[in-house]
Amino acid sequence: MARITAGLTTSHIPAIGAAVDLGKTEEPYWQPVFAGYEWTKKWAANDPPDVVILIYNDHASAFDPAIVPTFALGCADEFPPADEGYGPRPVPVVRGHADLAAHLAESLILDEFDLTLMYEMAVDHGLTVPLSLVYGQPVEWPPRVIPLAVNVVQYPPPTGNRCFSLGKAIRRAVESYPEDISVQVWSTGGMSHQLQGPRAGFINSPFDNAFFDRLIADPQELSLLTHLEYLREAGSEGIELVAWLIMRGALGPHVSELHRHYHVPGSNTAVGHLVLQPV
Amino acid sequence: MSAYTAQFEDIPGTRVFTAERAKRGFQLNKFCMSLMKAENRERFKADERAYLDEWPITEAQKRAVLDRDYNTLLDLGGNIYYLAKIFATDGLSYLQAVSTMTGMPTEEYQQMMVSGGRSPEGWRSVRERR
Repeated sequence: MARITAGLTTSHIPAIGAAVDLGKTEEPYWQPVFAGYEWTKKWAANDPPDVVILIYNDHASAFDPAIVPTFALGCADEFPPADEGYGPRPVPVVRGHADLAAHLAESLILDEFDLTLMYEMAVDHGLTVPLSLVYGQPVEWPPRVIPLAVNVVQYPPPTGNRCFSLGKAIRRAVESYPEDISVQVWSTGGMSHQLQGPRAGFINSPFDNAFFDRLIADPQELSLLTHLEYLREAGSEGIELVAWLIMRGALGPHVSELHRHYHVPGSNTAVGHLVLQPV
Repeated sequence: MSAYTAQFEDIPGTRVFTAERAKRGFQLNKFCMSLMKAENRERFKADERAYLDEWPITEAQKRAVLDRDYNTLLDLGGNIYYLAKIFATDGLSYLQAVSTMTGMPTEEYQQMMVSGGRSPEGWRSVRERR
């Protein structure tokens, strides 16, 4: 049977991808951001999973204003990097796992999560920046990746409770897959930031640090945080944090914390990163 | 406006991208998405006005695009992740473009971020002034 071996969360700031692509990671501005991923890179090299279910939000790259799927699961064999207006990032094409994705789709839809299924999808910085942070600049990404895009562009996004429940359903789905493979679940985005209007540049470090603790120790309580509270305390784009509850739901009731990293700023954003293990 | 969307009016300096705003900005945001293709970026850069005139968007929206007036574009139904295609076409980073919405010079905004970002104090609630 397949099993979930670890969970990971990280910010997916586009400027981090540009810093990797342009060889700027050792610059004084970026060094403290990347230093917090050194532990993770070693950990990831030691124990590569077969598949990563990578939860992120599409930034109007795969989805134009004509379609707003709340949850969209990538079921294809591969996903090209999107051209977000700068030209596509010079990173490998993301290899999917169509068989596990088909199983997830069946299991989750029968479990009453009515997903949108994507058989062609370009993936943007929300998905590729986390891969760069964990795996650097390889010729090919080491794991297979199943993208799961969560709408946070147009309101309402899903509730925290729905994300947490979806995570639990993903755990059930993975554990019913007959092949003996290891699966990690990553949720990306956040932490506090705002990219619009006179309030842009909003950062709330006390909230972010408490969010880490609540996600680990009491995700049930955290799942009740309302959209208004995310906007108030994490900034308008901090709503991405709602998707972290999917990872947490997938890890089961108890987790141990392997690694934590927090740094302000990465461009406009508070950089936050966790590695967790189910216990 | 529903009670759900009305509550977001209490967040200072923020336009939440509701269905109502999405409807107002539908064609504007479609125009933005067209800039994901290199050949469209080239045509836009060659003659911005002519390219904009191909789209069924309002004169006010066209003017705000030409002026790179992002706060007005938000008011007219734009969303930052669509609008990002305009400033990407200009070769600007998120930080450079976002700073223009704050009234601060980019260097001052960058310095604020390096110093820990904008404090939440005073930016949580219009009504409660906190």
